Amino acid sequence: MRVIYTDNNATTQVAKPVLDEMIPFYHELYGNPSSMHNFGGQVAKKTAEARQKIAALINADPSEIVLTSCGTESDNTAIRAAITSNPDKKHIVTTRVEHPAVKNLYEHLAKRGYRVTFVPVDRKGILDLDYLYDSLTDDTAVVSVMWANNESGVIFPIEEISREVSDRGIVFHTDAVQAVGKIDIDVKKTGIDMLSFSGHKIHAPKGIGVLYVRKGTKFSPFMIGGHQEKGRRGGTENVPSIIGLGKACELVGEQLEEENTRVRALRDKLETELLKRITDADINGVKDNRLPNTTSIGFGYVEGEAILLMMNEFGICASSGSACTSGSLEPSHVLRAMGVPFTSAHGSIRFSLSVYNTEEEVDYIIEKMPPIIERLREMSPFWKQAQEGKLKN
Amino acid sequence: MWDYTDKVKEHFLKPRNVGTIENADGIGEVGSLACGDALTLYLKLDGNKILDAKFQTFGCASAIASSSALTEMIKGKNIDEARKITNDDIADFLGGLPKEKMHCSVLGRDALEKAISHYLGEEEKKVEGEVVCECFGVTDLEIKRAVTENKLTSIEDVTNYVKAGGGCEKCHDDIQAIIDEILEKEPSVKKKPAKLTNIQKIKLIGETLEREIQPALEQDGGSIELVDVDGNLVMVKLCGACATCAMSQLTLKDYVESKLRELVAPELIVEEVK
Ligand SMILES: Cc1ncc(COP(=O)(O)O)c(C=O)c1O
Repeated sequence: MRVIYTDNNATTQVAKPVLDEMIPFYHELYGNPSSMHNFGGQVAKKTAEARQKIAALINADPSEIVLTSCGTESDNTAIRAAITSNPDKKHIVTTRVEHPAVKNLYEHLAKRGYRVTFVPVDRKGILDLDYLYDSLTDDTAVVSVMWANNESGVIFPIEEISREVSDRGIVFHTDAVQAVGKIDIDVKKTGIDMLSFSGHKIHAPKGIGVLYVRKGTKFSPFMIGGHQEKGRRGGTENVPSIIGLGKACELVGEQLEEENTRVRALRDKLETELLKRITDADINGVKDNRLPNTTSIGFGYVEGEAILLMMNEFGICASSGSACTSGSLEPSHVLRAMGVPFTSAHGSIRFSLSVYNTEEEVDYIIEKMPPIIERLREMSPFWKQAQEGKLKN
Repeated sequence: MWDYTDKVKEHFLKPRNVGTIENADGIGEVGSLACGDALTLYLKLDGNKILDAKFQTFGCASAIASSSALTEMIKGKNIDEARKITNDDIADFLGGLPKEKMHCSVLGRDALEKAISHYLGEEEKKVEGEVVCECFGVTDLEIKRAVTENKLTSIEDVTNYVKAGGGCEKCHDDIQAIIDEILEKEPSVKKKPAKLTNIQKIKLIGETLEREIQPALEQDGGSIELVDVDGNLVMVKLCGACATCAMSQLTLKDYVESKLRELVAPELIVEEVK
């Protein structure tokens, strides 16, 4: 069946040019970059080139790049490095809408004696900056704030926050997994000490991550082992993926403009047309300060998993905002933090596009969605009640 | 992706008996928007016999499929037969539900009970018992019933069946206390004795392998045999599919060992002998 993939915040397709560059490093150029012989040395040259391209995407120096196994490892490494370097400080700050890679680590640290501040967001997903700044004390070891939210696509003002935080002498980390490749990032213009991103969200393979560590930032490795990554992350390099990530960074850098024009226009068309055709539907999050590829739409009085499975029948891939992974069926922590009402939180669907989506695909989704929502609403006991103004909730 | 049976998918994509019945004789309404699923069941009866059943459901694919299945199961039945239907029967009708989705079958059973009570003019049962899970408004009696009827042994199970404990998790201790109380009354092989003698330990390992692990391996065409127990080292032999399968390391380490550690003693180490 035809697949229409609009779940790029979950993962992306490895771009063909990325794959092409990787393949020789599996079978022909399999040397270890740490080896003394030329056979390994030629690989080291290639990984160094890739590191340059990776650094260039965020305007960092190649020496500030630590390659890891995923975004999650980068997040863990950064936050643990910050608290290890500040052993006397027992307060840590983050937001209520982080990805589990940060959220669950903070909850884990809370159980181990850290005082944790989770900064709230408002109904539009905008971060309460005063709350954040007011929470900072001499005891604060690290502040970690995501650059863009994976569900709503809302962008936080990281340039400002990072400067405010680092001016107070506190380590600042940002999970930029969803931001890199979608918006322009220049770490030199910020006060960021550490920044994480992940290969598989930008058309590189799964299982490769990046941690930017600003020169001069105190660091301690999470993965202790060999001297790789200048002793900041042990383990023989994942060479093919590093090569692929280098190429992917080059590509998304070149495509940034297209992402912010053509892809943004497709996203805008998708959400405008869906809202026009489907009543009781709302966008979760602010409209303007958002990733160009993401829209999260809450369809009232229907449930997300049911919507997804009907979309699946048409080959349309997206995500729902309800954590259907547990029997509880609670809407995601992000939508709850935003205070999205239950009537639409359960029926929230996130579409996330990429440069590989076409207008024809968007038109197809626009055509298929209204009957799906209508069918489920006809089945829903709440729809008619809501229409008649009789709904108790 | 949920692992739904074809029957669940079919009843979700082509649900039977969707809708309402004008002047229904019995109506059962359960669940709420906040909970993420809700079902309203409408019955048309003639004396004791259920002539027609229709439903409206808000919820995931398995909630819709369970509702559809329920209506198919009860049409033409008399009240006494219908009252005997359990949530397991609904799940069985669909060829099984993922365990995280069992609460959908409970939803169906509850709606059926309510609709019949409504028809018979039985007093609407007030919320009985005390609310344990505030997030989902689940009472101790509901949890007790789910634990007893479905032989649940963990908080996770309880959440899967009646959702209790799936929200803020503050009630986890209370749920555990209920489970403990019920398990106390019906001692099972799952309860680990405080301290085991060697003989007891070997016997319990043997029993556990046979009862808990063997059936699971058989599904994949394999089997397991206890060779020896030396202190905490449990030596087993794998036969059939698992011995040759590339996953045999995983099967052993992750599955057998974790099961034995959970059910017998936490310090056990499993090793495969050829
Ligand atoms: C915001 C955010 N942070 C972290 C991650 C985790 O990245 P990875 O899958 O590479 O561990 C993701 C991916 O889902 C994400 O969206």
